[in-house]
Amino acid sequence: MSPNGMNPSDEDAKAPLVGEAVLQQGDPSGLKIFESAFFDALKTSGYDEGQIFAIRLAMEEAIANGFRHGNDGDPRKTVKITHVINTTDLQVSIEDEGTGFDPESVPDPTEDANLEIPSGRGLMLMRAYMTEVNVIPPGNRIEMYFRRDA
Amino acid sequence: MNPESAGLRVSDQNGITRVEFIEQNILDEANIQQIGEALSEVVDAQDKPRLLISFRNVAHLSSAALGALITVSNRVKSKDGELHLSDINPNILEVFKITRLDRLFEIHDTTAEGLAAFA
Repeated sequence: MSPNGMNPSDEDAKAPLVGEAVLQQGDPSGLKIFESAFFDALKTSGYDEGQIFAIRLAMEEAIANGFRHGNDGDPRKTVKITHVINTTDLQVSIEDEGTGFDPESVPDPTEDANLEIPSGRGLMLMRAYMTEVNVIPPGNRIEMYFRRDA
Repeated sequence: MNPESAGLRVSDQNGITRVEFIEQNILDEANIQQIGEALSEVVDAQDKPRLLISFRNVAHLSSAALGALITVSNRVKSKDGELHLSDINPNILEVFKITRLDRLFEIHDTTAEGLAAFA
């Protein structure tokens, strides 16, 4: 126990976990390694199973959109992820090498007329599961925020 | 496409094709494409497909997986067949509800209830 009453390991646990990863669609093992470390870090920071499910879903959608739409499926192009994991909240930025998109142009997939369309649900799922999602113009970067008590 | 190599277990029970995902995570895009192709082949092989897809083992799925299921559903409908889903865990059921796909699919709590629901 240190003089200020804090155990050094407690202080470590409260320090934000900051990280960055550059992923390629052509390298699925890189994605797996990143995700495994990222979700372990969430667990270590006290996030529960339901919260990790929500974050994982949003992350998967954002990364898949970056590869498929942003980078147009080009396996050489990258998606860059930066994250700050706190015990109370999480900030993630996901950036592809594409020209971007206008989020307003994505039709609402929950409209009756759109229910049978197989695509277009990624962004709405991110918005449903994260506290805040911002598409940064021109639309090749998504910033997501998750607050644990939200 | 061999269903097993796409991560699917396919069996027949009294004229109903039972499909079960082997993998826990239905996330990998290439794998989802294989699943879509394997399911399409199952549907195409029948005049009036009767399919029950169990999510018993599934812990995570993506919107691309939902897309593959919608494509299967559209194909089954176009052949005047029946598609039922079962054994979906609460987290994943929530995804179906948020996307309102619980209105598109007939979802049952258990395999037994799914099997009993066929006309």
